[in-house]
Amino acid sequence: MTSNVSITLQNTDDGRGIVAAIIADNPEAVVSTYPAMTKIDCPSRLIMNKTSIEQQLGREFDLHELNLTMVSISGNVDEDDDRLLLMWNV
Amino acid sequence: MALEIKTNSVRQRQQTFSNVARRLGSDKPASRYEEATYDLQPDVNFHYRPTWDPAHEIFDKTRTSIIMADWYDLKDPRQFYYGTYTIQRSRMMEAVEKNFAFAEKRGLLSTYDPEWQAMVCFYLLPLRHLEWGANMNACNMVDQGYGAAITQSAMFATMDRLGIAQIISRIGLAMGGASTLDQAKDYWVSAPEWQPIRQLVEDSFVVEDWFEQFVAQFLSLDGLLYPLVYGHFDAIGLERGAGALSMVTEFMVDWQEEISKWADTVLKRAAAESDTNRTFLAQWYGEWTERVQTALLPLAEKVLGPTAKDILASLRESLDKRAMRLGIQIEAEIAA
Repeated sequence: MTSNVSITLQNTDDGRGIVAAIIADNPEAVVSTYPAMTKIDCPSRLIMNKTSIEQQLGREFDLHELNLTMVSISGNVDEDDDRLLLMWNV
Repeated sequence: MALEIKTNSVRQRQQTFSNVARRLGSDKPASRYEEATYDLQPDVNFHYRPTWDPAHEIFDKTRTSIIMADWYDLKDPRQFYYGTYTIQRSRMMEAVEKNFAFAEKRGLLSTYDPEWQAMVCFYLLPLRHLEWGANMNACNMVDQGYGAAITQSAMFATMDRLGIAQIISRIGLAMGGASTLDQAKDYWVSAPEWQPIRQLVEDSFVVEDWFEQFVAQFLSLDGLLYPLVYGHFDAIGLERGAGALSMVTEFMVDWQEEISKWADTVLKRAAAESDTNRTFLAQWYGEWTERVQTALLPLAEKVLGPTAKDILASLRESLDKRAMRLGIQIEAEIAA
């Protein structure tokens, strides 16, 4: 059985761009929108690509900037310069 | 007494402005760029035609031969609106200030090989007049253009060009004060190497079609001039001890890379719209690039010597490739 990983982001201008990038790259992602934040759940693994986020935001994006927008995550993080991968290490 | 705390969640009735929602097809939150761009320019209810051009409305799609079903398709990939634009430029300018402070403190802009200093005065400083010309052209695009998507970005470009002219002026002042700038203006007005370029710039002022002006300025002229001056000329400067000059002109290198993204996206989209558009773009690109290449040769020969011709040819080749990637077919290849 797979359990969900999730990430929650603030509803800021950057946040919306990142959410759009995540949805584009993760077809199985389920998005729940709340007044001030957006929670994304995804079965077993979720990937955030630097290039997709940059395309959405129209500027260079350092994946560390994610911390300015992120409210919470669940899952083990595997991060390099180009992508951040959320999954459960089993 | 038991106190019951109840939470109410309030759902806003609308996520964005109606005009933006109509464009996006649904009422979802729009980015600041979309809200600050879509349909900002008035397009109905013009009562009077401008006295300076009674043949057209104030905002008129027919001021160019390029035809777009929707002019808001020419979006800016950098997503610049006033806020993001000023923040981005102020960041870039901070780096410029830092580099100037570094170079000026050590007198680095006036202590390298005097022969090369004279050359820099000759090839770099007159460019401030060219940048002013580019500012004029971008202003005209803002004036004649249609749709906030492109005129907004063109407006930002006008400011960029003035900023670059100012950076060049400051380099001149650091090199030898106001008289150096006077000297540079003399070169611009009377040195034979500069005359074809000056004529080209002045001719670009009176181009009737603003989209042709866009191609001429931002693709043909900038596409050859920037890599020539800030690439090849600069490389020789490095051998002659003018490393500090590269530091203070780095803004231009970064800027050219960034502005090309905008120009490329706009041109690619306009070319993809129709074959008619593509034909116009190819024709303008062909004519202007040929002229620019010829006009730059005397200056390039003065700085680079006999290799100038080959270097310009290779820059032309890569610019042609760039144009091909944008879907602008080059005439020679169509004929072939």
